Amino acid sequence: MSENGKNTDTLIEVKDLSKLYPADSGLFSGGDTFIHAVSGLNFSIKRGESVGLVGESGCGKTTTGKLLTRLIEPTEGSILLNTESGDMDIATMTSKETKDFRRRVQMIFQDPYESMNPRLTIYDTVAEPLDVQGIGNISERQARVSELLQTVGLTPASSFLFRYPHELSGGQRQRVAIARALVIEPDFIVADEPTSMLDVSVRTGVMKLMQDLAERLEVTTLYITHDLAVARYMCDRIAVMYLGKIVEIGETEEVLQNPRHPYTKALLSAVPIPDPTYKREAVDIKGGVSKPINPPARCRFYPRCPWADDYCESHDHPPLEDKSGDIHFTSCYHWEDNLEK
Amino acid sequence: MTEPLLQVENLTMHYTTRAGELSAVDNVSFSLKKGEALGLVGESGCGKTSVALTVLKLLPENGYIKEGKIIVNGKDIVPYTEQEMRKVRWGEISMVFQAAMNALNPVYRVGDQIIEALEEHQPQMTNKEMKQKVTELFELVGLESALMDRFPHEFSGGMRQRAVIAMALSCGPDMIIADEPTTALDVIVQDSLLKEMREFQDQLGMAMIYISHDVGVIAEVSDRVGVMYAGRLAEMGTAEEIFHDPIHPYTMALMSSFPSTVGEKTDLVLLPGEPPDLLNPPTGCRFHPRCPYATDVCKEEQPEFKEHSPGHLAACWHPRGEQS
Repeated sequence: MSENGKNTDTLIEVKDLSKLYPADSGLFSGGDTFIHAVSGLNFSIKRGESVGLVGESGCGKTTTGKLLTRLIEPTEGSILLNTESGDMDIATMTSKETKDFRRRVQMIFQDPYESMNPRLTIYDTVAEPLDVQGIGNISERQARVSELLQTVGLTPASSFLFRYPHELSGGQRQRVAIARALVIEPDFIVADEPTSMLDVSVRTGVMKLMQDLAERLEVTTLYITHDLAVARYMCDRIAVMYLGKIVEIGETEEVLQNPRHPYTKALLSAVPIPDPTYKREAVDIKGGVSKPINPPARCRFYPRCPWADDYCESHDHPPLEDKSGDIHFTSCYHWEDNLEK
Repeated sequence: MTEPLLQVENLTMHYTTRAGELSAVDNVSFSLKKGEALGLVGESGCGKTSVALTVLKLLPENGYIKEGKIIVNGKDIVPYTEQEMRKVRWGEISMVFQAAMNALNPVYRVGDQIIEALEEHQPQMTNKEMKQKVTELFELVGLESALMDRFPHEFSGGMRQRAVIAMALSCGPDMIIADEPTTALDVIVQDSLLKEMREFQDQLGMAMIYISHDVGVIAEVSDRVGVMYAGRLAEMGTAEEIFHDPIHPYTMALMSSFPSTVGEKTDLVLLPGEPPDLLNPPTGCRFHPRCPYATDVCKEEQPEFKEHSPGHLAACWHPRGEQS
């Protein structure tokens, strides 16, 4: 199977997806400067799969998540969502279709303190999607919400139903957010850093819950995180982003054990290891992250790359390719020459 | 043996809140030698930041030291007045906090803010010497000296944190307390900052208390590690002892619930429950409601923080989960 090839069990297919933001927002300015937050993304997610989107702040991972949930509209490209009645293009759908789309796609946000209306009870919070979609009557909704609260580990559900978000801890709130996302049985969930605000001991519980639910309810997930170690546990495949581009994508263990792109290598060697005797490799890149404002037509990683040469400078950003044929895609002209390094 | 730089003895600190007395730091004792790096690790609300604030006596109005001694270079600073504390802070102990943006004044040039600190604490220095000193400090933390004439908003997050560290080092302290200094930074920036912190710590022979919730970061920077839980020290030992041979069940759980990108992908251990409410802490060992090895004695009596092997201390009735 090729990465872009059509496959029946493909749920989401992203084609040439770009999002540009104007960088000079003045009334009379020319309007020809753009931040290329996401630029030319191509990837697909299979049904039941969990794909991790990793990278540093500003790499475009959250923008991608927002595009996939249609919280923002893309500048270019298409996002096809496979449904029983054919493909639905998230990028160009009408407002009528949006309601159906919201039943299929849900989002979990990073901050459990900000993503909930403080004036709504837990019942109202979780039942809101049912209300919006007009599913069930009151008693059915109550039963459904109670069942969901049990599922996410808030037991007994009756003791949580009529409490307010401020009465719950961060971990409990994030469980409510998960219940709310699952209550209408979506096909696809975008989870944006759902555990990064939680403490280690609470985080493990939420991670395990999400893994368990994804398996049991066969939900497909795009898991956005800056934490590679968390991605290792949560994702079947991971995509590494750098300045609006996916630079590497492949099966999680394969990417972590045999990174090919110089940026992935650097990112991995920068992660602190919880073992005082472990000696990490030195991070081999220069400088810092810039902003992708009207980026020149060359590899986005060129200014920081230890392998950069004239070829990289004079050619466009390298395509995301799988020359080895092992479903491990890399966007670099020199990864093969540097395999042993 | 030389006298420790910092000795904290039976320190107890309470916050008075509308809901009652909150024991944020409870009977904590530890010491720090010259040039040593001590990592304090724990989850939110475990009291690690409160320990730092107490040692610097930077407590908010509702916080007070209930008991204990804080001995800095042989002198107990607990009875010190604010006036006397000013000499201790910066000169003997200085600090770096997580939010570097808030530590810098946006309308002054970064270099001038460091010079201001120098003027206060080293009034004998001439302007030229101060400029020279700022240049040296910038180099030490990996900033180009030309940047000293820039304003904080022109700095990236990592650069700001470096500038704050340069400021903390300006008066030549014997020790520095760093509270989550890299938490807001991306991993690659964090990596280079950690490297530089270790380098200058070594170079200046300075002691450091490094506070973090990130077990990975603690493993990298610490010679010794203290694990805190619900306001108390659960365990303390060398980094290797804490990571490879933990005694306290909380440390054991913490170490095995932290995911890593290397090594075998082991199953993460789930610690049931959540950290306790310190307004109403559990009786006996504060960890007992979540501890898989808890027995009746754990519910009733607080275990003593005692030595299990030289330098390796823990407060537990069932070290390593053993039942007697």
